[in-house]
Amino acid sequence: MAKPRLATIWLDGCSGCHMSFLDLDERLFDVFARAELVYGPLVDAKEFPEDVDVTLVEGAVSTEDDLRRVREVRAKTKILVSLGDCAVTANVPGMRNPLGPKAILETAYASGVTGASAAPSEWVPALLERVQPVHAVVPVDVYLPGCPPSADVIAEAIDQLLAGQLPDTAHLASFG
Amino acid sequence: MSVVTLVIDGHDVAGQSGQSILSVAREHGIAIPTLCHLDGLSEVGACRLCMVEVRGARRPLAACVTEVQEHMEVTTTTDELTDYRRQIIELLFTERNHVCAVCIANRHCELQDLAKALGMTHFDLPALNPSAGVDASHERFGIDHNRCVLCTRCVRVCAEIEGAHTWDVRGRASEARVITDLGTPWGESPTCTSCGKCVQVCPTGALFEKGRAVAEGKERRPYVPFLVARNRRS
Amino acid sequence: MPEPDDAPARARHHEPVLPEGPVRATANVCHAAGCLSLGSDLVFDRLCERVEASGTDDVGVRRVGCLGLCAQGPLVKVPEHDRLYAKVPAEPDELDQLVEQFRSGTGGLVVSEDPFFARQVKVVLRHCGSVDPEEVEDYVAKGGYAALRRAVTEMTPEEVVAEVTESGLRGRGGAGYPTGLKWATVAKSGEGGHKYVVCNADEGDPGAFMDRSVLESCPQQVLEGMAIAAYAVGANEGYVYVRAEYPLTVRRLNSAIRQAERAGLLGTAIADTSFSFHLEVRIGAGAFVCGEETALLASIEGRRGTPRPRPPYPAAAGLFGEPTLINNVETFASISAIIERGGRWYAAIGANKSRGTKVFALAGAVERTGLIEVPMGLSLRQIVFEIGGGVPGGHRCKAVQTGGPSGGCIPEELLDMPVDYESLVSAGSIMGSGGMIVMDETTCMVDVARYFMDFCREESCSRCVPCRAGTVQMHRLLDRICSGLATRADLERLERLAAMVQRASLCGLGQGAPSTVFSTLRYFKDEYLAHIDHRTCPAGVCEMAPFEMAGSGR
Repeated sequence: MAKPRLATIWLDGCSGCHMSFLDLDERLFDVFARAELVYGPLVDAKEFPEDVDVTLVEGAVSTEDDLRRVREVRAKTKILVSLGDCAVTANVPGMRNPLGPKAILETAYASGVTGASAAPSEWVPALLERVQPVHAVVPVDVYLPGCPPSADVIAEAIDQLLAGQLPDTAHLASFG
Repeated sequence: MSVVTLVIDGHDVAGQSGQSILSVAREHGIAIPTLCHLDGLSEVGACRLCMVEVRGARRPLAACVTEVQEHMEVTTTTDELTDYRRQIIELLFTERNHVCAVCIANRHCELQDLAKALGMTHFDLPALNPSAGVDASHERFGIDHNRCVLCTRCVRVCAEIEGAHTWDVRGRASEARVITDLGTPWGESPTCTSCGKCVQVCPTGALFEKGRAVAEGKERRPYVPFLVARNRRS
Repeated sequence: MPEPDDAPARARHHEPVLPEGPVRATANVCHAAGCLSLGSDLVFDRLCERVEASGTDDVGVRRVGCLGLCAQGPLVKVPEHDRLYAKVPAEPDELDQLVEQFRSGTGGLVVSEDPFFARQVKVVLRHCGSVDPEEVEDYVAKGGYAALRRAVTEMTPEEVVAEVTESGLRGRGGAGYPTGLKWATVAKSGEGGHKYVVCNADEGDPGAFMDRSVLESCPQQVLEGMAIAAYAVGANEGYVYVRAEYPLTVRRLNSAIRQAERAGLLGTAIADTSFSFHLEVRIGAGAFVCGEETALLASIEGRRGTPRPRPPYPAAAGLFGEPTLINNVETFASISAIIERGGRWYAAIGANKSRGTKVFALAGAVERTGLIEVPMGLSLRQIVFEIGGGVPGGHRCKAVQTGGPSGGCIPEELLDMPVDYESLVSAGSIMGSGGMIVMDETTCMVDVARYFMDFCREESCSRCVPCRAGTVQMHRLLDRICSGLATRADLERLERLAAMVQRASLCGLGQGAPSTVFSTLRYFKDEYLAHIDHRTCPAGVCEMAPFEMAGSGR
């Protein structure tokens, strides 16, 4: 039987959840013995592949690019996991919601810095009006809150996921 | 005072007449979630988390403001009550901007603990993300309304224990805010004694002591029993 | 209590024309808020001038309260000829012709033959439109304060309570609590200390103007009811809590209290007995929630107007912690008739467990909007079609909304249902204070639910979480449905949230907030589904929004 195909992606977040994933340390050997990591910041793959069994999504949906990517991931993944508070609640990226993207860009690129005068209009994806949690734009199967979720929590969740179960995260993780 | 016997979650328990269901339940080790309640302060029955089923009552009753009665039969946990409590927590989290990760009360927050205890992993309702405002005009303390749940513990501790009644509530609906001295900035309040009791009793990170970083709001907890003991004596 | 700013303007108006000898006609010019807003004060002045200029001494002109057919004001009634003149102009030439009609008893409509009036039974409104709302003498001349005199001189307090209990009267503020039982409870409460009688005139339901009309048409009748209540329960002090949006009501109430005190009918030693009852007006600051009794009492005490958990009920611990009787305007206005004619007489009117009459403010898609009083048990269809004259413009009746924001929409197929407390509740609505809004097929029921939710959301006192935050989220969900952006999951969430808010809120405002959602889902679920599944509004009211870039996706 082929090994389950595992992927991770990094939307609007600080990569802390990926760091916490790396904190699995020697347990990573167990994970990769049981699963094949086919996509993510930790692998050299350009295109999100077809037929992924489990994808861990870090980060909130902040840009048009995030939105396009998470929709693609959803379409190609059996079990989608919202990993960490940004994916689950929009968390820190969502703190711009009370202000709106225009004010944020103005402060970041014009009034708040020297030498620049306007927000970039090309090369970077456009900001969405509101930062949203992942489940606000695509269906999510498993929620793993935490900022970040601890390595133990991630290990426990992955263990169950690779065993073909949906972990009961209510008793595993909490916000913050 | 007379002794009242009743049944809570199938256990025969005894309390005194005039005592609340909440108080009797906790004396007998039966946990009921609360947020606006704080031992030693008056009850407002506002958060509705402590709602329990009382046999014969048409609707759930808030345990903090319902007095025990002889032969009462109370159920503290049902599927329906759990669903209501989870929805209330969800409403609170989505109402303002509760970002645990960068909150001074992270891991020492009653709202966060309640979410964990009730097994909340996410919220289906959209976050409303208001700009609720911050008042940092006081020399030692600040209030971030984005983290306020309007439990009014600060209002009550200030009026009932400190006796200053600096805090009160202004406005209604989503515009409601706790305010100091009819809305003057906290730092200019002539009635505030800077005692800090409001900060000690705040269940979230809304009221904070300046100079503390994320998750450093822990030290205040030991003050709470002291406040309570003071009030019980009086 | 200082006079409102508009008081001096009143002085410029003409004095009533009241001939000494017999008259052939008296022009009763409506001076309630509806007709005043249509210029009936100018009609009154001009009429007085024309009558005086003509030199006749057999036509009188006077001010009266609400004549009922509010949509067709300014109204003038000539009781001598049983005629009502609608849309009376202020043009002197036309008025001269009208005065001739008044005198000869021609023109207008014959009140007793007109269906709008013929089906009505007036107990609360029996003096409305016949007494001058600003003259206590006029009320007394029509038999006013006889009931109070009789109560304090011939009856014991217990007998008064017994009479009210026998009448079967139930609270007209909405909940329908038996009035006699409430009075008896307050009468037994306390140990010789202070007690209060409070009149709830904080009328706030959209489209409702019953209390306003009663207080602006015959304030003395409400004061008399309060005084009788005070005697019955052993109170010597009372308050009328009126909303500030009713300046004319406030002015007439203050004037009525002063006049009644001067006449020895209120204040100290009422009707030369040892009974005294002092009344004051308190003005609300525009919060709907202050119609809730515990919030109202907090507001009178000078505190923030938010409800508190009950028990203790106000009957045991109310205003300033003392036993307090709190009833609404219409309840108090029913009392003098019950004392005059007996509880048994009153109980003979009505149906089932709802006795007596009920005042409704008939509004919306109905030919003749106005203030009506009908016996309990009349059907909604009779009210809408016989009294109200049906739906205008060739439209058909779709639903009738009763009970305000805490009420519900009753569909056309249930209109034969009798109007009583229990029937309305079984149909998913409530009697409420008497707002009745007729809706035709151009009304979208989801939009109606959204409208009332918006109202509840804005008026939440903010104290309890389910009401404060739950109404906001329910309004958002309804808004999504109206915009065609919602999914079936959103509808399920709306129902789940509504159930929690209804069961878990602290006071009646929160508990009642989801009721329009429930009643429209019960009878008009197909309209919800049309918005969700087909992105169409069957009534053609809602505009469908384009799909959002980052919509719910679920």
